[in-house]
Amino acid sequence: MTDQNISAAVRTRRVRGDGVDLAVYEQGDPARPTVLLMHGYPDTHAVWDEVAAELAGRYHVVRYDVRGAGASSRPFGRKRYTFDYLMADMRAVLDATAPERKVHLVGHDWGSIQSWEAACTMGERFASFTSISGPCLDHVARLTRENLRRPTPRNVKHSVGQGLRSWYIYFFQTPLLPEVMWRAGLTAPFTRALELGEGVRPREGHPARTMPRDGAAGVGLYRANMLQRMRKPRDRRTDVPTQVIVPTKDLFVSPHLVAGLGDRVPTLSLRPIAAGHWVVRSHPEVIARWIGEHITGVTGGPLTAAESRALRRARVAPERRPFEGSLVVVTGAGSGIGRATALAFAERGAEVVAADLDLPSAQRTAELAGLLGPAAHAFQVDVSDAAAMEDFAKAVLHDLGVPDVVVNNAGIGMAGPFLGHSVEDWRRVLDVNLWGVIHGSRLFAAQMVERGQGGHIVNTASAAAFTPQRTLPAYATSKAAVLMLSECLRAELRGKGIGVSAICPGIVNTNITRTSRFVGLSDDEQRQHQHRASRAYALRNFGPEGVAKQIVAAVQKDKAVVPVTPEAHLSYLTARLSPRVMRLLARFDVG
Amino acid sequence: MSNKVALARTDDRAELERFREIQRLCYQCADEVAATLEPGVTEREACRRMRRWLRAHGVDDWLHTPFAWFGDRTAFRGFKVPTQFLPSAARLAEGMPYILDMAPVKKGYSADIGYGGVLGENRVWEQLDTDLAAYRTLILELVRERRTFADIYAEVDALIERQGYDNRHRKYPGRVIGHQVGIIGGMLPKGVGFPFGVRFLQTIGRELVKERLAGRSPLWNGAKQSQHPPTPGLWAVEPHIGFRGVGVKFEELLVVTEDDAYWLDDDLPHVHRWAARKAMA
Repeated sequence: MTDQNISAAVRTRRVRGDGVDLAVYEQGDPARPTVLLMHGYPDTHAVWDEVAAELAGRYHVVRYDVRGAGASSRPFGRKRYTFDYLMADMRAVLDATAPERKVHLVGHDWGSIQSWEAACTMGERFASFTSISGPCLDHVARLTRENLRRPTPRNVKHSVGQGLRSWYIYFFQTPLLPEVMWRAGLTAPFTRALELGEGVRPREGHPARTMPRDGAAGVGLYRANMLQRMRKPRDRRTDVPTQVIVPTKDLFVSPHLVAGLGDRVPTLSLRPIAAGHWVVRSHPEVIARWIGEHITGVTGGPLTAAESRALRRARVAPERRPFEGSLVVVTGAGSGIGRATALAFAERGAEVVAADLDLPSAQRTAELAGLLGPAAHAFQVDVSDAAAMEDFAKAVLHDLGVPDVVVNNAGIGMAGPFLGHSVEDWRRVLDVNLWGVIHGSRLFAAQMVERGQGGHIVNTASAAAFTPQRTLPAYATSKAAVLMLSECLRAELRGKGIGVSAICPGIVNTNITRTSRFVGLSDDEQRQHQHRASRAYALRNFGPEGVAKQIVAAVQKDKAVVPVTPEAHLSYLTARLSPRVMRLLARFDVG
Repeated sequence: MSNKVALARTDDRAELERFREIQRLCYQCADEVAATLEPGVTEREACRRMRRWLRAHGVDDWLHTPFAWFGDRTAFRGFKVPTQFLPSAARLAEGMPYILDMAPVKKGYSADIGYGGVLGENRVWEQLDTDLAAYRTLILELVRERRTFADIYAEVDALIERQGYDNRHRKYPGRVIGHQVGIIGGMLPKGVGFPFGVRFLQTIGRELVKERLAGRSPLWNGAKQSQHPPTPGLWAVEPHIGFRGVGVKFEELLVVTEDDAYWLDDDLPHVHRWAARKAMA
């Protein structure tokens, strides 16, 4: 057999647990570090097939069917499903497959709940722990009590949210009925719901053929442990380096359950992902990658720039800055809103890529960003040049990895009557203002989708996007297109966990007024207009830092359209309430 | 002193020497007081030390009483009203930037200096201070070209923007980057000032009127009043740049003659510091 076959082949054995026979499945070279994958309810070890296959090349992967599930024995009575028995089983499997060494523990759903118990009670056996969609019950109990003790609207909301998500738990406390329903054929609707709700298609092994029996026996897990731990939560802590993967669209486990976890787990990382509860089936590559990164990080193995940044990003620490470990690309970063945005992200811990047509100014931005945050990078790029943008996106991907935030900000101004604009004028404005955004969005969105970990795209539109003005036909058109593009893109990328925001600043004092073209005028008149506009904008005195702050907030809160200055807000409101007023105002020549 | 006498005669070497002496005295004071600054000292305490030192060295009047700004007050963050410029109870801490600013008068001869420093290490301050050197060269060059004061102000602004910093001298009264100084006299009592000396106010008031009649201003800013070529005389020039919570400035006397200009003294702490840094790089 070749090496590959060894790692892919699944070796089955049976291990004697506490009064049960456990079906154990091993893959990969046993000499390599051991990863134990714990499945949840109502799954079997097979829920991990894809993840295990990904990991088997590098690790010794061990899985087993928990008592009551799959090919393991099914003890009768809820007493046989308490944590004591579950822990005894896990110890037996570890003794058999990885004696005398620490293993890397990974749990999903009930597998994660068990793993928390294991990490907190026998932490010495584990080198790392990855928890997916299964909280520590004692922690949940304490969090619920704290929330009820301080019933702020947010706490109440979070508690109610989890309360509603836990409907099945109450149901499982009902005697007999759940078992009868599983036996009577709940499997088919369950499978269908899995496909509809989570996009997880059935395949060989999952949902398992044994599901009616697994579902019926597994309710013992809920009956034996849930109420007991809710009533009397224990003080559970662990020193095992822990990463919690948090599916933000989980219908059963609220993402807010991780609150306050940092106090009990000193080495904690959080990795949100826009996915449902069965994320191990829907995003196996991401899960396998994150498990691998976590293990490598804990064991001090070699990491790429992108990997070590990802780990920094996930790490929970008291003085952590919000964009620590994020990669942020900003175009038009050499001045104005672009520079202010790059600096605002750097100040919040992000590694910044400053791109501009003018390389020295981009380098200057990178230099300043480096003073506030991690070392930044400068690129020269013409956003209107498709080939150049492609090279730029490739270079970023190759050198630094996939960006977490992309700000398509580069733009130029142009004013004057419609008939004064030449074809070349139109081309120039659309090439930079619209095509620049299209290129940036297209190339980087592709990278984000490919990576599968979400991200955010910010496009700088303008208040002109919804404010018709007779003197801004080309500029306002380009910006309206950017706004619409952002809205369409937002609708499409939502499912991939990628947010899209359009920023509509309004009158902001930047050098765009000094570089704007006023068409159909002599050079002298041109300069006069530029000077006048600059003066007016300077008098308005709204700095680019204000816009940058809003851009950061738009990313954090995933806002769709963000008018920035008060006049932009007013315009946005008026355009929606009474377009007629806007049409009237559009007739005034303010150029 | 009659109105016919210039504030300072730039062709009189002996008189310039007197101005150079008082400027050196100021920098000596700044150096010595800065060396005493330790974590926990307040702006008021720093100002008190400067005042006592200068008094002990023969200073008898003020253009303005000494100022000290610590931490993000060096960049005038959150300054809305003029009283915020006055020395406060802000305490110095490790890594904090500071600015000492003093303008004493000794036997009628005045100087006005600004002295930036940092307690310990601060990367942002290092960068700002390195970049500040460019303004000393730029301003001198433009004055020699006899560009108008307003123009020079705009050029300084453009450089600030290229460097990605904020113009902080715009926060000074009159948004000035510089102002004329000279021999301070008059009938009003000496040594009274909070923060501006009454004799200085009298002089500057007189000059404002006098210069206005000549279409000029003793205050140098970006406004219409400054759209004139450099006026011969002694100018205290004080570019002040800021980035986030750090501000840096220098202030020293520039000698402007009918057709030329030069810094009164090149033997100054910040000039040496910049030269040393350049030599290291």
